Amino acid sequence: MAVQALSDIKVLDLTWYISGPYCTRLLADYGADVIKVEKPTEGDPARKLGPFLRDDPHPEKSGLFLNLNINKRGITLNLKSEWGSKVIKELVKDTDILVENFSPGVMEKLGLDYDTLKTINPGLVMTSISNYGQTGPYRDFKATELVLFAMGSAMYSHGIPEFEPLKYALTVLQFQAGGSVAAATLGAYYGSKYKGVGQYLDVSIMETAMGNVDTRMTECMAYQYSGRVNTRQPFGGGFAVGIYACTDGYIDIAAGASNLPRLVEMVNDDRLRDPKYADPAAAFKPELKEEFDEVWLGWLSTHSKKEVVEACLKHNVWISPVQTASDVVEDTHFNERGLFVEVQHPVMGKVKIAGRPFMMEKTPWQLRRPAPLIGQHNEEVYTRLGYSKEELVVLRQQGII
Amino acid sequence: VAELPLEGIRVIDLTVSWAGPFATCILADLGAEVIKIESRYHWQQISRGVMARPPESLMSNEPVWVWGYPDRKPGERPWNRTPISNPTLRNKYSMTVDLTRPEGMDIFKRLVKVSDVVVESNAPGTMEKLSITYDMLKQQRPDIIYLRTSAYGLSGPYSSFHAIGSQIEAITGHSILRWYPDVDLSTVQVRFQSDAAAGVNGAFAVIAALHYRNQTGEGQLIDLSQSENVMTHYCQATMDYVLNGRVLKPLGNRDYYGTAPCGVYPCKGEDRWVAINITSEDEWRGFCRALGNPPWIEEERFSDNLKRFHNQDQLDKRIAEWTREHDHYALMHLLQKEGVPAGPVMDARDCYNDPHLRDRGFFEMVTQEECGTHLYPGVMWKLSATPLKIRMPPVRMGEHNEYVYKQVIGVSEEEYRDLEAKGHIGMEYIPEIM
Repeated sequence: MAVQALSDIKVLDLTWYISGPYCTRLLADYGADVIKVEKPTEGDPARKLGPFLRDDPHPEKSGLFLNLNINKRGITLNLKSEWGSKVIKELVKDTDILVENFSPGVMEKLGLDYDTLKTINPGLVMTSISNYGQTGPYRDFKATELVLFAMGSAMYSHGIPEFEPLKYALTVLQFQAGGSVAAATLGAYYGSKYKGVGQYLDVSIMETAMGNVDTRMTECMAYQYSGRVNTRQPFGGGFAVGIYACTDGYIDIAAGASNLPRLVEMVNDDRLRDPKYADPAAAFKPELKEEFDEVWLGWLSTHSKKEVVEACLKHNVWISPVQTASDVVEDTHFNERGLFVEVQHPVMGKVKIAGRPFMMEKTPWQLRRPAPLIGQHNEEVYTRLGYSKEELVVLRQQGII
Repeated sequence: VAELPLEGIRVIDLTVSWAGPFATCILADLGAEVIKIESRYHWQQISRGVMARPPESLMSNEPVWVWGYPDRKPGERPWNRTPISNPTLRNKYSMTVDLTRPEGMDIFKRLVKVSDVVVESNAPGTMEKLSITYDMLKQQRPDIIYLRTSAYGLSGPYSSFHAIGSQIEAITGHSILRWYPDVDLSTVQVRFQSDAAAGVNGAFAVIAALHYRNQTGEGQLIDLSQSENVMTHYCQATMDYVLNGRVLKPLGNRDYYGTAPCGVYPCKGEDRWVAINITSEDEWRGFCRALGNPPWIEEERFSDNLKRFHNQDQLDKRIAEWTREHDHYALMHLLQKEGVPAGPVMDARDCYNDPHLRDRGFFEMVTQEECGTHLYPGVMWKLSATPLKIRMPPVRMGEHNEYVYKQVIGVSEEEYRDLEAKGHIGMEYIPEIM
């Protein structure tokens, strides 16, 4: 197996659900040795979230859990037990990065806060992810994907004016938070490794949403600059921008402003060659837009999705087909590039997942192991710490592991 | 004060649009010296607005994040004043050079020699046209790290396709999933999840490669396809198809996992909304207390989560009757007091007024010469030993020409004047660029 970029990094993973596990999965994907610590018996609550293999809600059959936890080792441990916090402290001695996403205050209660752990390992990078951060008036407020999206992301401007504002699909905000945390955590690790600065990271999921490049950040900027507030108005950014219907489906196109002439060439109708459309303000005039659409929508109504895509590619117009999940999984390009890989899982069997987040020439992404079964690596990890198999039997009976 | 984590790392930034600039913004936030290379002769779409010199008449158009310029005026150099680009131009340096001319390429090569990382985010082929290849970069700097991020990656049938984030939304399946059920898809709004994802994961990739370089002395090429990179964000949808052959339909604000109610409800005031999502019986009882236990909550059809899930439309009507009488922030406090996940749908005004964000100091006051003084969205994380700040305002095109040419690359005073005379160095686009 090829060497990986993060092979020498040891991660203690006290995360559950989505944002934390996605962060540590990225570290594991590029070689870090991630030990995931789960609650004895039931494990990470994400095991109860589907989709499940053949809709069977079994803790080892969650497709979500599988995606979030490949390449990690898994142990179980009751952190509330005395032995539990003792073991965490033993593991921390040999840990570069610790990530946790319990409610604020839980690590203190367990006696595992950063001030305690840094005395054991001064170089430690410890990252806490929480909904609203470790400080501030909302610290202990409750949240879900919907609530965080309403507050942190640009929900207010996403949707149709007559309808309610809309969140994005599924749980994408928590995935984005996990990616953001991974970059910061690896950055802090770099500072610890090469500059000797161990430290603590307090990450609020709401702030990772507010500070990411999708429209919330730019809307805030625009409001400060101009006093204008973004609403759920249609985009309006040009003559052919957004999603359009063709004979057998939909396409997404961006041919506003400087890209417009190429679209005009493609449609090849003299009515669109009228210089009035070249004025940058023209697309914002409803009557001109209507005139333009008459020709443009007419052209679309005689072309199939495939034909539109091919014509756009020929004329270098920004285009993509609007796809469903099945289109995506069967997509020629993604499959030819090898995005989808088969995970061999002891309970689920062979499962196809979207693998690598990106390709590194010398230190490639690897599927080293499927997601761990509950407590799969207990013996391996605990005997290495010096505990005997007999001791583990007792701990198991007491529900500590 | 300790050095920032990436202090001492130099990054050449050839990125356009959003994903690439966001990646280099994160590297800059973490302390890297990011030098943005720009050309006075070439317009890079969406990197400094959608037009270089937009007329003032466009300043009242939608979307606001494109046209909300300071004081609703384009100003002398509109490209330094765009809300679409300025937030990711913080903490960066900018130089101008025309890479299509030999002496410009010579300057670029000299800069590569003293840099650690090159990041670009153009459609594959664009860099090649300029004769910038990984081999060429390695000839200047053998251990260079080269991050290339594009819509579809450097190989495969779609590789050369031009696209921005909104097309990636469509092809990866997000456009369909994030809309109202049973509403025509041609109304779907333009959005950019993949830019956000590629930004953070691109920065992650560069740091991983830097660590590997420090261990082995070897640089490398990174191919980050923005569509592939974001795919895991939608894993429930792809997995449902893989595991069960099911093709997910749009759910609007409803929870994929079936907790109910999960919705956005109208509040007092114009276009004001609150998000409420109840995930347990405890939260439901708290919700009922907050409402003052009206008789309808006892109805059989709302008596457990499954029933509430199946009768969500009727439940929503009841909830909306109540929320309409209250302020969106007041509802958050009322419901959170009873342990119910709820929050206002915050518009930009709310963000700046929000007591929590203020308490945590999320927004930072920044003065940029051509924009004035404003509160900017800040760095996404709080680091204890090396707090990350907006150290430098959004960079203006060519602002650091003197510094980069003379101190970083080491050109002489005479050479600098010559390059200036040839038009490489300056702070204005040529007049032909609209």
